[in-house]
Amino acid sequence: MIVADTSGKVEINLIVNHEPRTVSVYPMARLLDLIREELRLTGTKEGCGEGECGACSVLLDGVLVNSCLVPAIQAEGTSIKTIEGIATGEQLHAVQQAFITCGGAQCGICTPGMVIAAVNLLERIPEPSQAEIRTGLAGNLCRCTGYMKIFESVVRACQDNKQNMPAPVGG
Amino acid sequence: MEIVGHPVPRKEGRDKVTGQARYIDDLHFPEMLYGTTIRSTVARGRITNITFGGDIPWDEFVVVRAGDIPGENCVALILFDQPYLAGEFVNHPEEPILLLAHSDKYLLEEARRHVKVEIEALPAIFSLEDSDNKKEIIWGEDNVFKAYTVEKGNVDEVWAKADLIVEGEYHTGAQEQLYIENNGVIAIASPEDGVTVWGSMQCPYYVHKALLKLFGLLEDKVRVVQVETGGGFGGKEEYPSMIAGHAALLSWKSGRPVKIVYDRAEDMVATTKRHPSRTRHRTAVSRDGKLLGMEIDFVVDGGAYATLSAVVLSRGTIHAAGPYVCPNVRIRSRAVATNVPPHGAFRGFGAPQSIFALERHLNKVARELGLTPEELRRRNFIHQGETTATSQVINEKVEMEALLNRAFELTDYEAKQKRFAESNKTSRTKKGMGFASFMHGAGFTGSGEKYLESVVGAEATSEGRIIILAASTEIGQGTNTVFAQIAAEALKLDYDSIEVAKPDTGNVPNSGPTVASRTTMIVGRLVESAVLGLKQTLVKSGILKEEYSSDEFSLACRSYIEQHGPLNSFSKYKAPPGINWDDEKYEGDAYGAYAWAVYVAEVSVDTTTYEVRVDDFVALQEVGKVIHPILAAGQIEGGVAQGIGYTLFEKVVWNDGRMMNNQMTNYIMPTAADIPPIRVFFEENPYAYGPAGAKGIGELPMDGAAPAILNAIEHATGVAINHIPLMPESIIEALGGDRG
Repeated sequence: MIVADTSGKVEINLIVNHEPRTVSVYPMARLLDLIREELRLTGTKEGCGEGECGACSVLLDGVLVNSCLVPAIQAEGTSIKTIEGIATGEQLHAVQQAFITCGGAQCGICTPGMVIAAVNLLERIPEPSQAEIRTGLAGNLCRCTGYMKIFESVVRACQDNKQNMPAPVGG
Repeated sequence: MEIVGHPVPRKEGRDKVTGQARYIDDLHFPEMLYGTTIRSTVARGRITNITFGGDIPWDEFVVVRAGDIPGENCVALILFDQPYLAGEFVNHPEEPILLLAHSDKYLLEEARRHVKVEIEALPAIFSLEDSDNKKEIIWGEDNVFKAYTVEKGNVDEVWAKADLIVEGEYHTGAQEQLYIENNGVIAIASPEDGVTVWGSMQCPYYVHKALLKLFGLLEDKVRVVQVETGGGFGGKEEYPSMIAGHAALLSWKSGRPVKIVYDRAEDMVATTKRHPSRTRHRTAVSRDGKLLGMEIDFVVDGGAYATLSAVVLSRGTIHAAGPYVCPNVRIRSRAVATNVPPHGAFRGFGAPQSIFALERHLNKVARELGLTPEELRRRNFIHQGETTATSQVINEKVEMEALLNRAFELTDYEAKQKRFAESNKTSRTKKGMGFASFMHGAGFTGSGEKYLESVVGAEATSEGRIIILAASTEIGQGTNTVFAQIAAEALKLDYDSIEVAKPDTGNVPNSGPTVASRTTMIVGRLVESAVLGLKQTLVKSGILKEEYSSDEFSLACRSYIEQHGPLNSFSKYKAPPGINWDDEKYEGDAYGAYAWAVYVAEVSVDTTTYEVRVDDFVALQEVGKVIHPILAAGQIEGGVAQGIGYTLFEKVVWNDGRMMNNQMTNYIMPTAADIPPIRVFFEENPYAYGPAGAKGIGELPMDGAAPAILNAIEHATGVAINHIPLMPESIIEALGGDRG
């Protein structure tokens, strides 16, 4: 059971980018603020504060959410992945590399959310159609690119994923 | 290896895809306070009383009013009419009146709600028509911020000779820049140490100039640093001077660092937007479709203060007659005042408005002549050696017909037109093809670049690395990458050996504002000559041969620095030869170079839901040498997407001068699901005075989408609609649909 202390704050235990973390926040604080202000993981951005732009996208137990719409208390016991947890050490995720190669990032402010959404899309659908890419990223607004280079980045990432997969074993 | 023309990796790409890039809201200073702005609730009036109510510990708050300003209470830009904080009078909704700061941002928000400003309302005007008709004089003697007249030939004599005279009126709405990162700054200021501001911005030296005046300080006491900036599109050209001043005033008074970052609602309701416009055309043509005379009346709504309206108007005026030859032209234009928040810079800067009007109007002229839209244009396109409306002789090669032909091939234009005409007879979804042909001048208008006298520096390290020193900002468009490419190409060094310094007025010279499609063409050229200056120094010193390897270059740098100290070179703008502009007559070489384009839209109009869908979009342009194919295409795609939003999605809903839909929920920009395939093609015609032959590119793509789409809608439905944004309601009305 979660109990508030005298300041009204509660202790939240969660896993962030594979590490267990404990923070003390107001129960209705936004997950976004927990991530940015308590954990100082500033890769997750705020664009609109009302779940329209997707700049604050993170994965909560593997599900893509707008962290500006999730009360911190709902994150108790969950596992969160932010943009800081997408690369493996120095090794970029295929989606990140493709965004660099294909020009998927311009000003970069939507990029963390867009990368998270694209990673999530490829986890759900390893070889998405154009229509699935468009739908999969429709919750993340980009004002710079007109989206074309983002679509190309996703296609490129899944091509790279395929190349890097072990060859199927004949049976 | 050649570097220009190749898609090298974006300099700051890795930081951006990993979330390591630090934007202003990601920075935190010890002891920092948060600032907020108390704004006017009425459009025009006199402030009579301010009270601080509620159960708020007011003694903990820093409060700044107009009377606390140490220097002049005006945002220095072109005119000095806009105050940082309203003293006695307010002239638009959301005008800043008072500033608050506190270390607890939640308490700060609570406090903001408990400041009560009483304002005695004065009569206000909200439309450019009311302002133009002088329903109420709210600015100066006549509500006019600026007016221009362009005269070519004698248009008065032409009407009697014309076979046909065609008139039309065209309207465009406001548009929000909607960068995904809101405006924000952090300031540290004190009478002893001066003012330092870090922020999201396009033009550090604009902010610098404004702060000098606000605080009455000497140049070296003000420092402005651009941090990673999450989009600008013009929206961070002039407004950062305002928010930077506010944060600095709070810091000056409190002695603590102060951060102001707007939330989306405040950014949308209070900051600048694209100027709404009205254009009237009167055109004389001969029976064989030659333009004989054009009279154009172009008016933009500037909002409550002058800000950049004069310059926006200028660009709109000069582009109003397009890439066509007409012997007799008169363009009269004015920017007028209304009691709405000042409109400001937005990609295209007046040109999208006047080009929309022209490209719609020419379709009307063609229809009345019984010609196709393309035939009318073919008969009037400008060629090398002919003159524009400002009597500028086009000396570069320009082949608009070739662009038109290629654009039609790429879209299978004529075959599709025929096919749609057939299928539209029976289908409830009407399909259509439309195009727009246009040009966009790069760099500041007229004498602008001469007055700016931009400077770029280059510095070599003893390891042979080159650092570019410029105030031109990276705002997503690729400044860092393009400058590094230009420098590497000029010196024949590796791309990785070039660094671009962060724009910091304490460290970089003033290379001018990051606006007007000038960064690659104008500033890039200075980068090129500055780095060549380094090479020249080494060669003249006898420690480098004309031909060298990168190792020899590094060795020469080290040897020079050991013997003589720092190795640097500065380059200052010099106009290309033969550029003449008359500011009085508004005549001559308006721009050093133009980009030329033909854009084609394919649309579907659903006559059940009255929705318009863009199914395909081709953007073909000639922009000189393309420095970086991916960045260049990215500029075009992004601009077209904003143009599609401008045309079909983005409607600012006004009520008494205030934006009512100041949320992303109800001001709709295109998503990944809304955008058609945007197919981008370049013709390359190197420009002699651009770096490696490049011309400007950033604003061009904003110009073509709206007219191309409305021309396509007219083709699909047979109905001419002459205003944007075009929402389904307007289409119902235009098509005479059943409103239920």
